[in-house]
Order: sequence, then C-alpha cells, then structure tokens
Amino acid sequence: MSKVVAATGNEAVANALRQVDPDVCAAYPITPQTELMQRFASFVSDGQVKTETILVESEHSAMSACVGAAAAGGRVVTATSSQGLALMWEILFIASGLRLPIVMPVVNRALSAPINIHGDHSDAMGARDSGWIQLWSENAQEAYDNTIQAFRIAEHMDTRLPVMICLDGFIISHSIERIEYLDDDEVKNFVGEYRQLHPLLNIEHPVSYGPLILTDYYMEYRKAHDEVMTKVPGIVLDVAKDFEKISGRKYSLFDAYRLEDAEVALVILNSAAGTSKDVVDEFRNRGVKAGLLKPRLYRPFPYKEIGEALKHLKAVCVLDRADAFGGSYGPVFIDIAASLYSYKEKPILINKIYGLGGRDYFPEHAALVLNELIEIVKTGEVKTFKEYIGVRQ
Amino acid sequence: MATELRLKELSKKEVLFSSGHRMCAGCGAPIVVKMVLLACDYPVIASNATGCLEVSSCISDYTAWKIPWIHNAFENAAATISGVETMYRALKKQGKIDKEIKFIAFGGDGGTYDIGLQSLSGAMERGHDMLYICYDNGAYMNTGIQRSSATPLGANTTTCPAGDVIPGKTQERKNITRIMAAHNIPYAAQASPSHWLDLMKKVRKALEINGPKFMNIISPCNRGWRSRTDDAILLSRLAVATCHWPLYEIEYGVTKITFKPKEKKPVVDFLKTQGRFKHLFSPENEWLLKKFQENVDMEWERLQKEASLYAS
Repeated sequence: MSKVVAATGNEAVANALRQVDPDVCAAYPITPQTELMQRFASFVSDGQVKTETILVESEHSAMSACVGAAAAGGRVVTATSSQGLALMWEILFIASGLRLPIVMPVVNRALSAPINIHGDHSDAMGARDSGWIQLWSENAQEAYDNTIQAFRIAEHMDTRLPVMICLDGFIISHSIERIEYLDDDEVKNFVGEYRQLHPLLNIEHPVSYGPLILTDYYMEYRKAHDEVMTKVPGIVLDVAKDFEKISGRKYSLFDAYRLEDAEVALVILNSAAGTSKDVVDEFRNRGVKAGLLKPRLYRPFPYKEIGEALKHLKAVCVLDRADAFGGSYGPVFIDIAASLYSYKEKPILINKIYGLGGRDYFPEHAALVLNELIEIVKTGEVKTFKEYIGVRQ
Repeated sequence: MATELRLKELSKKEVLFSSGHRMCAGCGAPIVVKMVLLACDYPVIASNATGCLEVSSCISDYTAWKIPWIHNAFENAAATISGVETMYRALKKQGKIDKEIKFIAFGGDGGTYDIGLQSLSGAMERGHDMLYICYDNGAYMNTGIQRSSATPLGANTTTCPAGDVIPGKTQERKNITRIMAAHNIPYAAQASPSHWLDLMKKVRKALEINGPKFMNIISPCNRGWRSRTDDAILLSRLAVATCHWPLYEIEYGVTKITFKPKEKKPVVDFLKTQGRFKHLFSPENEWLLKKFQENVDMEWERLQKEASLYAS
C-alpha cells in the first residue's frame, strides 16, 4: 500500500534513505546546505534507522569516510551539492575505481565564481566522467524512486559501482509536490540484504585496498571499468521492471515523450523537462509534430538507444543547464551529437544554454526554441548552433 | 593473552608487515610499522596515506600487509579509517560482528602535518576509536625531498634548497604532537624506533584507551637526510639524546617525559651526521645553528616544566 503525501524533494529523498536504512552515512551538508541531511539526521536521532552517522568536517572527508566504510563492508550513503561535490571530486574517482557501491543524492546547484546557490547542472556535469552511474530526476517522485532503485543498481554483482541521483536545487529540492511513498517493508524487500565482496572487516581474510598499479596494468583496470559500464543500462532496465511491479511506475533509460512520430524535439534534463512537456502538448494541439527526450541514465550514456530514438527527427534542440567552457557546446549536446554521429540520415542539431544559477526557465523559452526548430525544418537554415537563452544581451 | 614486551617473546610473534616490500634500504618507516604491529595484541585494520610507505608496500599484485589495509588518497587516511571504524561499530551494534578490532592510520609528515591536517583534526574531534601514527621523516621524501611543515629549520630540501641567499628552510617545524594534544584527545605521544620498548609500550597503552589517539614517530630517511644507509637507528637515537625528538606522552592532559637523556647532547651532534644540514656549518650560518639549539632547549624546558606540574 502506497501513501500519498505532499513533500519537498529533500524530504522525499531523505525518506527513501530512511526506508533503505543504510549502515553508515558520512556527510557534510553545508556547501551549500540542503535540508536533505538534516531530515535524515533527525531519523537517526529519533531511532527510526540503525544508521551510524559520521558528521565530517568537509565533503572531501565525507567521501573519504564513505570509501572507508564501504570497503569495511556495509551499505553507505552521503549527499551533496555544488561546491561540496567539487570538493569531493578527487575521491569520486577512488570510490568508483575501488568499485564501492556508494549511493549519493546530488542536489544540482551552480558552481562558484560568482558564488550562487541555485539550481544548475554544472556540479554533476563536472563529475560525469568520474566512473559513477548518474540517474537524473524530473521531480520529487522520480528523485525518490531513483534513490530506491540506485541501491539495486549500485550493488548489482555485475557492476558494483557508486551511483549519483541528481535532482534540481530549489526547484525540486525545496518545492512541495505530491508524492507516492512505498511502504517501508516494500522498500526493504526491494533493496534486499547487502553483501560486500571482500570486506576489510573480515579479519580472517585480510585484503589490501588501493594498490599502486603503474604502466603494466593500469590501463587494463581502466578498460575493465569501461566494460563494466556497458552492463549498466541492462541492469537499470531490469531494476526498473522490478520497481514497476511494486510501484506501478515505469522507468527506462530515458523518457521519450511524444517522440515516435515527431519531426522536431527538445532534449532536456530534470525539472525543465516537465515545463517543456506542457509546451510540447500545446504544439501538438496546434498540429505540430513536437516531442521531447529526457535522459534518465546519463552515465553511462545510452548512446545507441538514444541515437535510435532521435535519428528519424528533422531538427532537435539540446538544452543544457551547464556550459562546457571553451567555445564548445554544452555537455548534453556533445553526447547527443555523438549518439547521432554514425547515422547517415540524422536531424539538424542546435544547442541552447538555459537556466544557469537558477535563472527561471519559462514555457515561453520552450516555445521559442520549438518555433526556431520549425523554421529550421522549413528553410533548412540554422542561424546559430549554440546560444544562451533567457539572458541579457 | 598479551605477549610480553620482551625480545624473546616478541621474536616468536608473526611479523604482520612482511619483508619483500620495496622501501629503500635503511628506511625507518618499515621498522616503525613492524614495531607498531608487533606491539598490537588485537586484530588490526590499517589505513595508509599516499606516500613512501604506501607506494612501496602494496604494488599490485603484491602486498606486504598481512592485515586488512586500505589506501585511499594522500590527505585522508584519518577520514578513511574513521569510515572503517564507524562501519565496525554499526555492524557490531547490529550483531553482525563480535570481534574486538583496533584501527590504525599511518601517514607520513606531509600527509599528517600539511595536506591531511584537516582530515586528521576532524577525525580526532569526532572521537573515533583509532590510533593515528605519523612516521615523520621531515619532508616529502617519496616525491624527491620537498619541504613540509615538519622539515626542521635550516634543512636543505629540493623546494627550499640551501642557496647563496637563502640557507635552506627558514621556518621552524610545526609542533604537531602539541596540536593533537590540544584536541583534548585521551592520548598523544612521541616515540622513536631507537627506543623500541618505549615505542611499543606507547602503542599498547594507546590501543587500550577508547577514543582517538595520536603518535608521532621519528623515521630517518637516508635519501632525504643525506646520511649513511645503515644509520636509521643511530640517528633516531641521536635525535632523542639531543632532545631534538623528546620522548613523552600526554595522557588525559597529563604530560610525562618517558625518557630523559642522562646527559643532553648538543643538537649539532645530530645535525652534523646529515648532509641536509651541511651548509649550517659554514661561518655565515652559525646563527641558524644557534637558533636551532635555542628552539630545542625551549621545547625541552617547556616539556619539563609541564611534566613537573604533574610529577608526584
């Protein structure tokens, strides 16, 4: 029996963590602060979970302690945001390189400078190649559902990789929405018992974690990591199938919205996808064949599947809530372009950078972009391939 | 049943840090590690900061560690072991583990005094049941003898070379043992492999105390100190005999000097054995030798005064 509540994204994710009841949580929830960890800390103080917390002095130590705790042999979580994720960066690679299935909600926020605490994808985009799995969430419901599924994905015996669950800062983390919670028992049964391979705490079988590997075998380890990543999409789909059985909610690698017969489409992550879907509906009502693709599994990026889903379109705009400085395109655009590269027939691609530092993304923005795509299809001409929108000129 | 701290008994114990590691000949660090592990009467899990000890003791597919061991990064040996220790408490509370296990972090002076200080301070403040051991060789020796905040005054290193204008390191050492004691942890101590019984007693005492403990152990490095390969023990003994490296402990705030040299030798006896201080013996650098001696005297005086406050 599920329970319908009104809750913020932070509350929803904290509740998912309570239901999973991890063994250890190490966190420094201050850079910038989100109430996610405060919520979870109150579950700990009230004895609603068995979790031992480590309230560290920085995000660097948070991830470092998570690595120690996960290698020791148990279920480990943390959460972060923005500068905090940037500070963790060094240890992200160690967590994934040591194949430790740590689960970490990331409340997506802008990076300094200038200092800004609002919604933006720059933080998680900076960590996209750290060897972690990334699941992105449109709303609080998805953030809650993704958090629960993340444990099964991270702990799958074929992968053993850490997972980030991305949700938009403020827009989702601090806004109250309708959410359906699963029963505690259902969640516990779904994630199951955790078993660590080669736990440090097994004194009878001492193991060494974190060896030096130089030119002789380093590359083989990296290749193995890459190969393990290729198994992730299949696991994500299997876990989603099981999750649908208990929740009735369907998940895939990405959300293809009215895409099948579409001629123009938007590709957009997280909360702005919700706004854009409304506009797609409006255009559909006017007879325009518009659609939308919202990636869910962003790392590893399902290039083949997304390429197949987009190849038939005439024009596509990829909207990025982060830029990859250096005169190139936004990070999502680069991945979408790569997924379509091998096709002979493919849509014209353009890139818009929107919503940085919490700048509002309105339905009008989506409408403007869709109109531009219609114009491109009509004339075959592209005025600008990359452009900032919703910005003072 | 505790092994008596006698050589005859200890020689029967298995050494948990095996030979065949790739530390330099004459390095102090493996001696320190062997002594520490030999002193333990409990199963031990260790974390290790990036550094000489780490890169030379676990090169895949070989490991010198016969205990569970984890290397994470340079600056986080304390945070890492705090994670291991917390998982231990979590699983013990859940009844999934019942053994008594001790937790030790090993770091060099760079990973302890400098880049790892925040992580160490945080772990000490949080009160984890762990022993942090710094093997202090006074510079970043692994990467080629770069200056650290543990490098002694006047020492020649590759980043503070003794030149025509600047005579080596112009700053004094950070007193990390006092900084750790200022965290009001139950136990902080200094030790030297030359005084093995003192060192092992301290390790044993530390492991019997619940909570965060810190030990700073001098660890001669013949590459960085520019000294003879076979002089590690002799040099650490001289460091103690000159009071450059006083042996003491601070237990629940009470300072106790654990070894008082019968006759305190002048610090030049220690300095002249090492090429890193060679330039200090030029006439123009005499003031540095004087300053060095003054610093040693001041710290020794302070320690004696502090210890006398508690002497019965």
